[in-house]
Amino acid sequence: MEIKWYIFLSAILFCIGIIGALTRRNSIIVFMCIELMLNSVNLLLVAFSKMHLAVPNAFGASMASSAQIFVFFIMILAAAEVSVGLAIIVMLYRNTRSIDINFLNRLKN
Amino acid sequence: MLVQLVMDAIQLIYLVPLLPLLGCLITGLGRNLLPKPVTGFIGSLVIFISFCLSIWVFSAVSVEGFTPKNISYFTFISVAKLHIPFEFDVDQLTAIFLLIITGVGFLIHVYSISYMKDETQSGFGRYFSFLNLFVFAMLILVLGGNYVIMYIGWEGVALASYLLIGYWFKDHDNNNAGRKAFIMNRVGDMGFLLAIFWLVSIFGTVSYHDLYNPENGFISGLSTVNSPEIVGISLLFFIGAIGKSAQIPLYTWLPDAMAGPTPVSALIHAATMVTAGIYMIARSNILYALAPTTMAVVAGIGLATAIFAAIIALKQNDIKKVLAYSTVSQLGYMFLGLGVGAFSASVFHVMTHAFFKALLFLAAGSVIHAMSGEQDITKMGGLGKRMKITYVTFFIACLAIAGIPPFAGFFSKDEILAAAYSQNPVLYILGLAGSLLTAFYMFRLLAMTFKGKFRGTEEQEHHIHESPPTMTVPLIILAVLSAIGGFLGIPQSFVKDGNVINNFLSPVFEQSKKSVSVAELPHQTEWILLVVSSVLVIIVSIWAYNKFKNYLTPAPESGLGKIISNKFYVDEIYDAVFVRPYHSLSAFLNNIFDKKGIDGIVNGVGKSVNYGSRQLRLLQSGQVGSYLLLMVIGLLIFFIIQLFTK
Repeated sequence: MEIKWYIFLSAILFCIGIIGALTRRNSIIVFMCIELMLNSVNLLLVAFSKMHLAVPNAFGASMASSAQIFVFFIMILAAAEVSVGLAIIVMLYRNTRSIDINFLNRLKN
Repeated sequence: MLVQLVMDAIQLIYLVPLLPLLGCLITGLGRNLLPKPVTGFIGSLVIFISFCLSIWVFSAVSVEGFTPKNISYFTFISVAKLHIPFEFDVDQLTAIFLLIITGVGFLIHVYSISYMKDETQSGFGRYFSFLNLFVFAMLILVLGGNYVIMYIGWEGVALASYLLIGYWFKDHDNNNAGRKAFIMNRVGDMGFLLAIFWLVSIFGTVSYHDLYNPENGFISGLSTVNSPEIVGISLLFFIGAIGKSAQIPLYTWLPDAMAGPTPVSALIHAATMVTAGIYMIARSNILYALAPTTMAVVAGIGLATAIFAAIIALKQNDIKKVLAYSTVSQLGYMFLGLGVGAFSASVFHVMTHAFFKALLFLAAGSVIHAMSGEQDITKMGGLGKRMKITYVTFFIACLAIAGIPPFAGFFSKDEILAAAYSQNPVLYILGLAGSLLTAFYMFRLLAMTFKGKFRGTEEQEHHIHESPPTMTVPLIILAVLSAIGGFLGIPQSFVKDGNVINNFLSPVFEQSKKSVSVAELPHQTEWILLVVSSVLVIIVSIWAYNKFKNYLTPAPESGLGKIISNKFYVDEIYDAVFVRPYHSLSAFLNNIFDKKGIDGIVNGVGKSVNYGSRQLRLLQSGQVGSYLLLMVIGLLIFFIIQLFTK
């Protein structure tokens, strides 16, 4: 399969993520959208790594392994983000009995 | 033995100024602790010890074959190649000034103990502290071995003068008078300072012995006369002298300075501080001898001041104002003497003037004391009967200042006038006219104060009394000195080698005699001049005395008399030309330039930041969605920039 399909898929996922994050008010959905964006990037990385694995560079090594390690890092980062983000959402719910993201504007002042 | 004595006295010279400084600190710091008699005793004692040391120094200096001594204590300023030591110079000129300052100073300190007895304890301490500070600064001024040390003393006396003029600081007029004195002095000091800088830039030194010593002095070695630098430097020094010695155009501070206590007027504004300018020019005589142009300016300004101030004094009714203008006028004579090259005659006049003018002021103080603070002579009269000692001493002082033989002023003034005659008879005639004016206003003052009927209130008349001995004894001593002081300078035509003071000072002025020498007048001419001036002065004195003997009420002034009694409106002119424009400029700078301009810029920056922040703050809506949107937009912008810049 050509690389461009992966890129298309990734771009579509990313756009869905952005639109979701911008338009939805439910914070869990916003959160999921952010995860979606992260994972679209992950998908892209894995796809490129696979592509580069097929074509070794001048030194005989490939870039693939570093890209995949990168992906693992992003996953770990996403996990850490989820733990913090969900905790924030839980606290938000406890305080406001709602998970509407616009209630966060109380932090304004 | 004698040499040993010389060395001892010169080694101890630092004690002469140090003791008054000590006295200043003790009386000043202990003003709340020490009772008044103790303060007065300490304040006078330190000056007395200084006086004794000065006599010792004087005797050491007058030993045959004395050479000027330079004592360097430490390096005061050291910058690159310029080294200015803290040094004292001791020679004949210094010795005479030491005697005048400490001698007259001591008498005035003693007098002050009684005069100021009604002050509070701390005020009394403050007074003696300032007075000692003044003596200290004045001694530094005359002892200093270079112009920088002289400048320290110069500024020190200005400070002490300012503090003492404004001694009764609760009256705002006194503060203004002090400020006026200080500011007008500063105008002159500017010239002094520039002259010092100029000396440094040309010669790289300010020490007298580097500049003036006969063998290899920088200035005494110059052969060109009237070179622009020398004329410039000497003129700038003279500007300093104009300020300090109250000459035209900077004389107006001195009459106002009479706002201070009377002993202060006697010590600072008559006997010592105002003669600092004469001392400076006498000290720099070699410099001035090389600049005949400056000498002419000095003589011209001196003569103009002598006559101008004497004319103003004719119509003044405040006893201290008359004496103040008389001081200005006498200082003018001293500058005339310096200008015609009669340096030692000027120093002689400084000395006799210190005696009789201090006496006049102290006697005036005694009168003011008796009149409970009244200074207007139109409200006095007939005091002679009730205050015998004051009257007699004042009378002697009048004879001395008017120049009636054989009192002190006669010899000194005539020596100056004779020197002026040998230079130019016109100078002599104008000088003689001035001395006739002097005789007139002094005898007018005498007659109005001590003769005729008493014109004050009943209460004042009841209060009139002779002053206590601490006040009259200094008067008597000064009266004796005013009477006989002139015999130190008997003209050559009377007695051969009779001019003791001239002979004593001749080593100091020897060098300058080569370029400016006062031509010896034929004895016959000198006799004629003496007789003519004496006769005229006596006639004018008797005329003035008789005219004002039975003075009753002040007649309204009109025409010229009004102008004179208003001091030619010089104060008003200065006020209109300098003071008010300066005030309005200051007001402009304060109200418009500072408040609108500078403050406008500063506040404007603050306000615009404030306003901008207020507008930017609206972006922070708190809506998470909008933040995200902005973030996305920002990222997109970055991408677009990335695309277009490649």
